[in-house]
Amino acid sequence: MSADKAKKAHEPLFHVVKRNSMPLWKAWLIRLAAVLAALVVCGIIIVTVTGENPFAMYKTMFVGAFGTTRRRWSLLQDLAMLLCISLAVTPAFKMKFWNIGAEGQVLIGGLATASCMILMGDKVSPYVLYPVMIITSMLAGALWAVIPAIFKAKWNTNETLFTLMMNYIAIQLLSYFSFIWSNPKGSGKIGIINASSHAGWLPQIGGNKYLFNLLVVLAITIFMYVYLKYSKHGYELAVVGESENTARYAGINVKKVIIRTMLLSGAICGIAGLLLVAGANHTVSSNAADGRGFTAIMVSWLAKFNPIFMILTSLLLVFLDKGATEISTTFSLNDSFSEILSGIIIFFIIGCEFFINYKIKFREKAKPAPAAEPQSVEKEGEGS
Amino acid sequence: MSAPAIELRNITKTFGSIVANKDICLKVNRGEILSILGENGSGKTTLMNIIYGIYYPDHGQIFIDGKETVIRSPKDSYEHKIGMIHQHFKLVDVFSAAENIILGMDDGERYNLKKSTEKIRAICNEYGFKIDPNKKIYEMSVSEKQTVEIVKALYRGADILILDEPTAVLTPQETDRLFSVLRKMKENDKSIIIITHKLHEVMSISDKVAVLRKGEYVGTLVTKETNETELTEMMVGKKISLDIDRSDPVDPKERIIVEGLTCENQEGVKMLDNVSFTAYSGEILGIAGIAGSGQKELLEAIAGLQKINAGKITYNNPKTGVPEELRGKTPRQIRDLGVRLSFVPEDRLGMGLVGNMDLTDNMMLRSYKKGKTMFLERNEPRKLAKKVVDDLEVVTPGISTPVRRLSGGNVQKILVGREIASSPTVLMAAYPVRGLDINSSFLIYNLFSEQKEKGAAVLFVGEDLDVLIELCDKILVLSSGSVTGLVDARTATKEQIGLLMAKNAEGGERNVG
Repeated sequence: MSADKAKKAHEPLFHVVKRNSMPLWKAWLIRLAAVLAALVVCGIIIVTVTGENPFAMYKTMFVGAFGTTRRRWSLLQDLAMLLCISLAVTPAFKMKFWNIGAEGQVLIGGLATASCMILMGDKVSPYVLYPVMIITSMLAGALWAVIPAIFKAKWNTNETLFTLMMNYIAIQLLSYFSFIWSNPKGSGKIGIINASSHAGWLPQIGGNKYLFNLLVVLAITIFMYVYLKYSKHGYELAVVGESENTARYAGINVKKVIIRTMLLSGAICGIAGLLLVAGANHTVSSNAADGRGFTAIMVSWLAKFNPIFMILTSLLLVFLDKGATEISTTFSLNDSFSEILSGIIIFFIIGCEFFINYKIKFREKAKPAPAAEPQSVEKEGEGS
Repeated sequence: MSAPAIELRNITKTFGSIVANKDICLKVNRGEILSILGENGSGKTTLMNIIYGIYYPDHGQIFIDGKETVIRSPKDSYEHKIGMIHQHFKLVDVFSAAENIILGMDDGERYNLKKSTEKIRAICNEYGFKIDPNKKIYEMSVSEKQTVEIVKALYRGADILILDEPTAVLTPQETDRLFSVLRKMKENDKSIIIITHKLHEVMSISDKVAVLRKGEYVGTLVTKETNETELTEMMVGKKISLDIDRSDPVDPKERIIVEGLTCENQEGVKMLDNVSFTAYSGEILGIAGIAGSGQKELLEAIAGLQKINAGKITYNNPKTGVPEELRGKTPRQIRDLGVRLSFVPEDRLGMGLVGNMDLTDNMMLRSYKKGKTMFLERNEPRKLAKKVVDDLEVVTPGISTPVRRLSGGNVQKILVGREIASSPTVLMAAYPVRGLDINSSFLIYNLFSEQKEKGAAVLFVGEDLDVLIELCDKILVLSSGSVTGLVDARTATKEQIGLLMAKNAEGGERNVG
């Protein structure tokens, strides 16, 4: 009897099996189910904690994000900025270079732009100013990204810590220059730069403040899609990301690819800084990037490094953010509550990838335990 | 007579379609040392992992002291007083020996390093180990690390010790010391299972020898009543006729000349020691040896992927007739010289192919640079992918399927298909048929024979001696990084090669058969 028991106990309750492949429609069905499940869980929490009607809250989220023309434009602008930074980090992450320094790269790009606008704004013609702004912002971002890349390539230092530290340097530099260039003097803030002359402000198209930014980011999206999919560089960085051994075997110069890819990644972050400073805010502060350098990593991974999918994932994150803000004001809840809701939704969306890649097999003769799931019936397994 | 300390009955373990262990029966008494002998891939390590609870067998029973026991995890095996010394040590580098030994141990007592250290000293004195419990692991030599592992097992009260190729990393003196410790343990009524390839060690240390071959249990012999020749025969088995077509080499010319090649790994251990040989065009040169005898390093050195400490590799270009030195060149530089060198590495998905890329993208892995634009040219690779799928009968949903989704045999067909497509002058392959079924294996053999007839110099690292003898023209035997023999495959016997594989390089002269 005891031996029998021991035998039964040998097989674990369930084990996880990797799926071979799954039809696309089924994968999307799982994702949809995850969103619905997230909304149900959020609903339960809303009712138990606040006593509000969850549907009213979901409606408020939509209104917050899409309710008015102004809100829609603001959503698009935030989407564009997040997408731009996500596109920038994508080649690095596809190469498995953990660049968590996009925040700093954007800031330093923004600072470079601001410095051009402040120092040269009213002194040179726009034909000189704009190219100089573009070049300096890209160079600054690229410099910030390439320093960790060189150290990684030459001495195999840890890029995660290195890029993170570079963020702090960028923030401190910005604080320093905020003091030097503070406007009004002594405020410690760079106010609106060239408020009267608008020198160095990016052009408005059709009187719309954000349209230019949107077009630039759209162009970068297409560029990045082509670069990753059809260029030799894109192929090389994908091979390096998969396995350095394979890359060496294929005759790829791994060091060169790391440095080159980070130059590109940083340069696009620099452009994001330019768009933020010259296109949208017309000022710069140490929280100009607003955590997007980190959110971008999630956008990029969720979209599996596909620039086109990244439009969707960044839309999702921006929508959640906008909706959450609206909830907290409308229902006079504090920010934390709406962040909890966003957190739940993102958790479900990321978590469902597990069920797309793996399936759970339960033990054949499941005991009347929590394992009594329908799946346990169809399992073939060995039963001796 | 009391029950054996540990007994296995009809243990079977399969991985997919591969049978790693089939109906294995073993018995070890108290105070006995059992050697497990077998070629690579004969299932020794799998079996030990089953005893240690890392794998769970599909069938069969394990008895400890005559009682049937279920071992689900290493924790269970600890409870049954089984200790395992892995080939690759499982120690925390920055901790001291004593910290490593008590790490993760739950004996109900409070963490008391001082008390533990005393206990460790006591164990060391009892068996004659020489280690400093306070020394950090990263400051230790390989042999000291191994000692720590053994003390760790003893500290936890292990009565049954499993050692997976413990001598592979030791010098002869260190081996002697290890063996004297093992003998002392035997006197203390411990049971020891030791895995080794080296016949002379089997003879000197063990009481009984169990032989495995291709996952099957061949038999157990009493060491005193057997000899090295009999064991080799049991290990390699009777010669099986495979009927591989072998043509005579046509107009062989020196293609690759390796002289005095020496490579060290990162720890400064010599992986290749003064290796010299010549590979001729129109010939298949087989390379035999126990796993880790330097085969991988040899091929990678020629391919430009391995740092070379000494020696020369010369390539005679058949087009120009100019000899080229390959040492110190990267794979790209080698290719730029016009050397059409194809290489099928052992690690198919970790080196030869990119698992997440589809067939087309994998076809261009070594040729993607073609074309002057910065864009990829996918037409040629796509055609090649289709051709390989058709010619080699690759089972795949399509050419845009990621390679990792294919089965092992099909993955290998893709890799070999690509490497052959460039009409190489040198074709190197490491274990190209490992894990493949009979049909796929023969397809690969035929492809290699075809390349040989086209005049390529083929270097074939294999583990199945029957195949090497029937497929190759010559066979180079490596043992611990040194050449122990070069034999003519048409006249060589398995026993002859088996003995060369197990031979100590220091003692032996170069055998030429």
